[in-house]
Amino acid sequence: MSDTVLDRVAEGVSSKATPSRGLRNPWRKPWGLRLVTIGYLAWSVLPVVIAVIFSFNSGRSRSTWQGFSLRWWTQDPFNSLFNDPSLRAAMFQSLKLSLLTVLIAVPLGTAFAIGIDRWHGRPARGSNFLMLLSFVVPEMILGVSLFLLFTQLLQGLGLSGTPAQILGLVTFQMSYAVVIVRARMLSIGPEYEEAAMDLGATPGRSIRRVLLPLLAPAILASVAVVFADSIDNFVIVRYLSGSADSEPLSVKIYSAARGSPTPAVNAAATVMLLATVGAVVVGYLLYRAFSKGQRGDDVTSIASQV
Amino acid sequence: MAGAEATTSTTGERRGAGRADEAAGRSGAWFPRWYWPSFTVPGTAWLLVLFVLPFYTVMSVAFGTVDPLFRTPLPVYQPWWWSFDTFGETLRKFYAGDAIYQEPLLRTFLYVISASLLCLVIGYAVAYYTARYAGRFRIVILITLVAPFFISYLMRIYAWQSLLQPDGYINDVWGLVGDPVTWLAGRPVTVILGLVYGYIPFMILPLYGSLDRIDQSMLEAGRDLGAGPWQTFRRVTLPMSKPAILAGLVIVSLPMFGDYYTNDLLGSERTSMLGNVIDDAVSQSGRGPEAGSLTIVLMLIVVIPMIYYLRETRRAAGHA
Repeated sequence: MSDTVLDRVAEGVSSKATPSRGLRNPWRKPWGLRLVTIGYLAWSVLPVVIAVIFSFNSGRSRSTWQGFSLRWWTQDPFNSLFNDPSLRAAMFQSLKLSLLTVLIAVPLGTAFAIGIDRWHGRPARGSNFLMLLSFVVPEMILGVSLFLLFTQLLQGLGLSGTPAQILGLVTFQMSYAVVIVRARMLSIGPEYEEAAMDLGATPGRSIRRVLLPLLAPAILASVAVVFADSIDNFVIVRYLSGSADSEPLSVKIYSAARGSPTPAVNAAATVMLLATVGAVVVGYLLYRAFSKGQRGDDVTSIASQV
Repeated sequence: MAGAEATTSTTGERRGAGRADEAAGRSGAWFPRWYWPSFTVPGTAWLLVLFVLPFYTVMSVAFGTVDPLFRTPLPVYQPWWWSFDTFGETLRKFYAGDAIYQEPLLRTFLYVISASLLCLVIGYAVAYYTARYAGRFRIVILITLVAPFFISYLMRIYAWQSLLQPDGYINDVWGLVGDPVTWLAGRPVTVILGLVYGYIPFMILPLYGSLDRIDQSMLEAGRDLGAGPWQTFRRVTLPMSKPAILAGLVIVSLPMFGDYYTNDLLGSERTSMLGNVIDDAVSQSGRGPEAGSLTIVLMLIVVIPMIYYLRETRRAAGHA
């Protein structure tokens, strides 16, 4: 009895969202729900953890453990991740594609978000609708359409391969930057630049000196999200790769998974995992540093928009 | 009469003044008219060339022909010369003759609907627990819920493919209760659970967001009025989370309709979906117009949920 009372008090302190429960028993802790949640979390994480562990398997199998080794990372002279030339090239290709995509998509998306938030004309609605449409359209449709665009209508431009992949990724990812930056714009309001301009700033200066610093957390968040999503992208990048030379890690993993993959594939997937997690952690730390003392959305609200 | 006129004129004036204030407050006063629109020009132009134009190309390919010698598509870019022969033929493959696309289409709907509903049931329980009872574990749970967004979809499905191998860990566990199962030999259960695994994070986060926003006093009011836990859930929580449920269902089912890689890794021919049919048509030569036609079919399937989702988000933004 005293235990439950203590529990209730402790919870009331630790979480504002816990309802203050009455004394009647029906409002007790829902053990079933807790079990489902714990089960879900384990189900969600364990397979990935096991896949990472198997990159250190000493045998060829990715499903039967035969002992620890770095064979598939560095030691095997031909088939390990760092010695297989095609996997190594794919790693650089992944990195190149996602960095260039970030460099193009985030500025385009940020400018769009600023403009669309402040512009209230009728054509703004059309532009905004187009942008949101590119946010929700299934990747498959966009991938096939871009594939036909680059192999038919724009065939003469010879963009197939890396340029086409970057153009496609930017098209798909720009809207992510727009959604994240726009959410921040909505919470800032127009008052700050107006104050700056009352104090004599030109429009360009008020954006550079006032608005952009205020948007910095959102811009950083979109850099992290766009980078992580581009590295993981597979559907669009695969259709636009043209030849095996421009296939990034994600496409190599797909092809290998349909054949007979070795734990080198697990190692490749682990590298992608480290790259995205690294981008998100760095992005989050910078985000915290930039948004110190500002009101605004926390990382979960941003994630829920993505 | 005169009084009435005076009133109208003052209200008229006031309204005019209000509008002027609003215009000034809305940052139209200091900026040239073209200033803000110019920010959206690069992004809009980009989408016109690389989002709208590709759809036009799809139609030109779908309603065009194939080179008789090289089997490459010969798109027709003039809408007045479009021929709908291949498109009609493709459509007939869904219902007439051999109807070779009928099964993949039915399967797609069956898999997408069951996977979306499973996502909803599991996702709702998890989101509900996290929003209400997570307590001091909330941050840990939230990070784990967000993590899959940053793990490659391919890696997550590849991980399952490894576990489900004949000599994999799932069969090791399964062996305790029954005979080993060939999970990857085109079993609908495997593919549906793969889809659930892949897309459920997109369901949980909007649900969590919505459940977390429900004012606790609403639930307390329900309880004070004599409702039990189940009744409070059914009559307060559930109706208040309905928009998030619908949005979540749309957001998980849209990509599932175009999914082909889950089945490529976890299923076989026997479980192929519309996405597989399209992917095959795209990768084989001589089937360009068919690939275009199938893409149009997929677009027609997803356009209604897509528009619904966009309208709902705009309404939600309007309320905020």
